[in-house]
Amino acid sequence: MRKLLLQGLLKAPLTEAAPEDAAVEKLAAELNGAARARLGRSLSIREVDAGSCNGCELEIHALGNAFYDLERFGLHVVASPRHADVLLVTGPVAKNMAEALKRTYDATPAPKWVVAAGDCAINGGLFAGSYASDGGVEAIVPVDLRIPGCPPTPVALLTGLLALLRAGKG
Amino acid sequence: MQAFALLLENGRAGPCRPFPRAEVSAEQWTALAGHLAAGELVLMGLWGDAGVVHMALLDEASGRLAVATYVCVGGAFPSVAHYHPPAARLERTVRDLFGLVPEGAPDPRPWLDHGRWGVRHPLGVNLPAEPEGDAYSFLAAEGEGLHQIPVGPVHAGIIEPGHFRFSCYGETVVRLEARLGYVHKGIEGLMAGAEVAQAARLAGRQSGDSTVAYALAFSRAVEAARGVAVPARAHALRGVMAELERLANHLGDIGAICNDAAFALMLAHCGVLREKVLRVSARAFGHRLMMDGVIPGGVAGDLAREGISAIRVLVSEVRTAFPALVELYDNTASLQDRTVGTGFTRPDYVRQFGAGGFVGRASGRPFDARRALAYPPYDRLPFEVVVRTEGDVNARIWVRIREVEQSLGLVVRLLDTLPEGPVAVEVPPGPGEGLAVVEGFRGDVLAFVALETDGRVKRAHLRDPSWFQWPLLETAIEGNIVADFPLCNKSFNCSYSGVDL
Repeated sequence: MRKLLLQGLLKAPLTEAAPEDAAVEKLAAELNGAARARLGRSLSIREVDAGSCNGCELEIHALGNAFYDLERFGLHVVASPRHADVLLVTGPVAKNMAEALKRTYDATPAPKWVVAAGDCAINGGLFAGSYASDGGVEAIVPVDLRIPGCPPTPVALLTGLLALLRAGKG
Repeated sequence: MQAFALLLENGRAGPCRPFPRAEVSAEQWTALAGHLAAGELVLMGLWGDAGVVHMALLDEASGRLAVATYVCVGGAFPSVAHYHPPAARLERTVRDLFGLVPEGAPDPRPWLDHGRWGVRHPLGVNLPAEPEGDAYSFLAAEGEGLHQIPVGPVHAGIIEPGHFRFSCYGETVVRLEARLGYVHKGIEGLMAGAEVAQAARLAGRQSGDSTVAYALAFSRAVEAARGVAVPARAHALRGVMAELERLANHLGDIGAICNDAAFALMLAHCGVLREKVLRVSARAFGHRLMMDGVIPGGVAGDLAREGISAIRVLVSEVRTAFPALVELYDNTASLQDRTVGTGFTRPDYVRQFGAGGFVGRASGRPFDARRALAYPPYDRLPFEVVVRTEGDVNARIWVRIREVEQSLGLVVRLLDTLPEGPVAVEVPPGPGEGLAVVEGFRGDVLAFVALETDGRVKRAHLRDPSWFQWPLLETAIEGNIVADFPLCNKSFNCSYSGVDL
């Protein structure tokens, strides 16, 4: 273990530069930042899987690895909606999850933002039109930001979340 | 085993390829259930169709697989779960989706249907219903000092939703009951009537972490149905993808299990290796999880020389970095203290449920579809089926560790012997019926596909390995403390989306 830890100190970090500013600005401009309270330089995120295939969760997980290191931006994932500023929602919203999503939203203190992550969350994706799906997060709770992809790459997710931070400061 | 011999005999001329399928009488159906109960056969799947139920059965000793079909008289069929409990959740699903009633079933509660769809029996003769939500009665655990802990469906981590009901005595779990179905998306309803290409994309999203395995199982079933032979290069590339998927998931799991024992260092290092696998997968096959890479008829794109060298570099990087992590795991007593002896899964349960993957192989069941029901490219490749017998969290980690090493070897061998030629053939539209079993990282995925004359999908069903693993998790946690549940759960890493359909 000592050797591994020592290597960690001596080697250059794996963490990569933040996504391009222009992409973040573009997304931030789409958000209605002025109407939002300033949230400082930090956001707490509660992830809600509302019927995803688990692909989106894998990529959200990847944000925590050494290459993306989500926490360096002041973004962290919290265990309860009561501690969250942002709900990061995936999946086409399975009807069996709709009430849980609504309750999670209601349990999140204002001001709060909802991010629909992945094609399913945006409009139901491949599962649109199913008897068991509500066809996207918008059908249940208001959505502030959409991050497309099947699943969105970690860079796409990071770009979206940084745009939220930027808008919050504006 | 007379009923099974008869099924094999009658099914040979049946419609299903390459495995026999035949209609059986109520007596034969019940006799087959008896063979299951006696441990002579393994239940590989049980699913509904228009007015019929199918049951896939495996004779492990001879490696023969067959499907029995029962035509439901008056919308009912004799319950298999009455004799063989592993069929219970599958039967409850058949009833929820098709309205076919398992007569004599031990558990009359619904499974996937939470009363939210606005319709009952969506795939059978459907009835409109108010989407008010049904109450669900959990199994009781009674006694002085017992208390219940409800968890989910929204969990604390970034994981899929499901509800766990713990009945505890102090810190000790007396009974765990899972209630799933929260991510039911109606996949089988969407597949029925869809073009094959669209259905393949849906199959690849039944459980996103196993997208290659699912797409492969579906594609192989379609190819069997249409009698299409896939080019040798496509077989090899499918093998490369499947092993990369196994590598990525196993590496992620090893790190995540250790993290659930509060040993974050392993997660950090395994997370780096997993990320490297995903990045190379994207370079080689155009998508980090390789979604839609396997298609009926072959693979979506060829592997370029640049991709081959990227994979070779990856293999050597993992081979350099991984042994130190294995040593770290092996030599950290505080970590082993959490994993050794925790979440013991009984070998007899594993055999009874036919549990595959690391859950089965860590409890002494040496089943691996790549070997037991060998399919290309594995039929020409040497590899070791890793088996342990301790059945605890530690054993499930070690199976993964050894399988990482096996997969690295398989990838190199596949690249060394990569045939030249086309990577896909066209699948001519037309009728047919096919069945395929493929080994995903989690265990065996079974796919059944029936095609219409115009080539559209008439009925498709994909059975996730977790159907036979989730119930064992409930047994594994018994007598453990609540705080060890995340550890046990992660060591099983069952799919929610895969079984919720």
